[in-house]
Amino acid sequence: MKANCWTGRNTVEVLDVPEPSILNSRDAIVRITSTAICGSDLHLLDGYVPTMEKGDVMGHEFMGEVVEVGSGIDADKLRVGDRVVVPFPIACGACGACRAELYSCCENTNPNAGLSEKFFGHPTAGIYGYSHLTGGFAGGQAEYARVVLADVNALKIGSDLDDEQVLFLSDILPTGYMGAEMCDIQEGDVVAVWGAGPVGQFAMDSARVLGAEKVIAIDKETYRLDMATAEGYTAVDYEDVDVRSALLELTGGRGPDKCIDAVGMEATHGASHVQLYDRAKQAARSETDRPHALRQAILSCRSGGVVSVIGVYGGLIDKFPAGAWMNRSLTLRTGQCHVQKYMKPLLGLIEQGKIDPTRVITHRLPLSEAPTGYELFKNKADNCEKVVLRP
Amino acid sequence: MTADTRSTSRLRHDPLVRGLGWASALLGVPQVVDPAGFARALGVGDGSRQRLTTAAVGVRELAAAAGLLWRPRPAWLWGRVGGDLMDLAALARALRNHDGRGLGRTVAATAAVTVITATDVYAAVTRTRRSAPMELTATTTVAGRPDEVYDLWTDLERLPDFMAHLEDVRVTGPRTTHWRASAPFGRTVEWDAEVTRDVPGRLIAWRSADGADVDNSGEVRLAPAPGDRGTELQVTLRYDLPGGALGKTAARYFGEEPHQQLDDDLRRFKQIVETGEIVRSEGAPGGKRARGEFPQHPARPLTEGELKEALT
Ligand SMILES: NC(=O)c1ccc[n+]([C@@H]2O[C@H](COP(=O)([O-])OP(=O)(O)OC[C@H]3O[C@@H](n4cnc5c(N)ncnc54)[C@H](O)[C@@H]3O)[C@@H](O)[C@H]2O)c1
Ligand SMILES: [Zn+2]
Ligand SMILES: [Zn+2]
Repeated sequence: MKANCWTGRNTVEVLDVPEPSILNSRDAIVRITSTAICGSDLHLLDGYVPTMEKGDVMGHEFMGEVVEVGSGIDADKLRVGDRVVVPFPIACGACGACRAELYSCCENTNPNAGLSEKFFGHPTAGIYGYSHLTGGFAGGQAEYARVVLADVNALKIGSDLDDEQVLFLSDILPTGYMGAEMCDIQEGDVVAVWGAGPVGQFAMDSARVLGAEKVIAIDKETYRLDMATAEGYTAVDYEDVDVRSALLELTGGRGPDKCIDAVGMEATHGASHVQLYDRAKQAARSETDRPHALRQAILSCRSGGVVSVIGVYGGLIDKFPAGAWMNRSLTLRTGQCHVQKYMKPLLGLIEQGKIDPTRVITHRLPLSEAPTGYELFKNKADNCEKVVLRP
Repeated sequence: MTADTRSTSRLRHDPLVRGLGWASALLGVPQVVDPAGFARALGVGDGSRQRLTTAAVGVRELAAAAGLLWRPRPAWLWGRVGGDLMDLAALARALRNHDGRGLGRTVAATAAVTVITATDVYAAVTRTRRSAPMELTATTTVAGRPDEVYDLWTDLERLPDFMAHLEDVRVTGPRTTHWRASAPFGRTVEWDAEVTRDVPGRLIAWRSADGADVDNSGEVRLAPAPGDRGTELQVTLRYDLPGGALGKTAARYFGEEPHQQLDDDLRRFKQIVETGEIVRSEGAPGGKRARGEFPQHPARPLTEGELKEALT
């Protein structure tokens, strides 16, 4: 079959690979009907996530039709022919983390837990197509994929919603929602979102659904800011203005009540010397992540507010504003999304028409053109916001 | 370190080690008290250089004696071996430049030092290996009540399902089992074990019977985790590595990353308890045989050949 593979820093190629087979009794094989490229894939493409190997199949946002199930799966849970969306973190449903609904911290699904523990202090869950640090699972930018512990992970779609309406339940919609939910939004809250990529857009939509009074989008890509203003959010271009002053101006000098970092480790900075400092340290591997958005969010947030981090960080950062964070009683909340917790309620919101996930899709390409999709998405070319691939 | 005190106390009652300690003392005293007389007795002459060398050797002998008799450690035995080699070198030099007077005595002294060297090497080698006990501990929390987890663990024949180095465990009697484990270079080590303590739902301990390739013992303690989070499981394994090639290979094997290995064993046990089996990925498809080595298999579906290798 065809699959989009990582073949080295800055290159992905569509290659012929074997079709997946059942390795565990609770596996299922899915024929993929739609899959997408995520901002997290860019971190892998750019080589900022360690333990990628040549030939790894990329992709953690996918859905399709079940074509085979392992012997350990009850027919009333899942059967051949079911249409499913697959959450990107692999959860077991039975460990302490899963029982606490911290699915992306599942204690059982990462065969390389020993390695992950060395990086993070405690191991994290397996993730499809997302380096060997998260288990070395083949990804879903392919014609077929193996779904692990499929009976407790795959979400069956019974209704006739089409792929584009439900595909993002696999990752970015729950991620944006969790970013807003962690903000514990109260009446009258102003929520600022760094990053107007697909994750940021869904964080904004979710903040509104959860009752935010005003939502502010921060980015430098005009077309992405335009997408936000079209939804009624206020735009701040960090290349044009000083972000902290702009936010103070928009909030009567208080600062946003809640701040969401939907940028992560490859943030760029308006002030070129700061950008250069972090870029150089990152290149020399003495800092793995560039935390401009995170620093700014902490400094801008009102005292006692919440900084909610859904942008991905992989290692170490410099100049973390611990003083601002500590002295001003800020709450920092984080996590890879616990997708399984949000899929069903969000499917409900889609069915009720309260959230329209299709609004972020700008490009639809065949799987064979995945490398072009990566180029467009990475370089923000052709006003690219989100690429959906069709095998 | 508990291991250290244990080996120290054992060496203190070791007749060979004590004998070497007293021999050092007996040689050291006259060398220090009357270096000229001692040098003459060896037939190496009593010039100032010979006297100085003899006295220095005496001080070294007294230090070794004190070490071996007071705080015996393999290091002191190895120190003696080093001293012996220096003595042999000095005697060889003396033989080469000999003026003939007392030559017989120098030759006899050289022969004696050679015998002593052999004894010291023997003592150092055997005592070093004997004093290498190793203790590993690991702990995890698994879902389920202690009595349920106890039942799963005490089904000893299933231990090889998740313990990487175990090949086979067979129940041979009500309290006895036969174990087979893999060692590097395709070797296997085997032993009989018996259960030494068994408190259902709380504790099980075992130890290898006499004549095991590697003396070992282990125990698993179980306790309810606070907050209704299942069972805390604490595993302790002890290996007493004997002399001989087997001990050495085993030591190297365990020297790899023994703690990591036991941690991974427990992780797999937890996977079996909580999900029913060991989770496999395309990058690490071999289940318990995947040792977390890098580079791994790429994270792409397996070919038929790779599949066969991974699943059998
Ligand atoms: N927590 C999770 O479970 C999870 C899930 C999916 C994605 N993510 C992460 O979310 C982040 C965003 O994903 P995406 O798909 O939207 O990616 P994206 O690359 O399309 O979006 C990032 C946006 O941030 C903007 N940006 C860069 N520097 C900035 C700065 N200093 N201030 C404000 N904006 C800045 C960029 O211009 C871009 O528009 C990534 O880090 C991704 O890895 C996390
Ligand atoms: Zn993603
Ligand atoms: Zn789990």
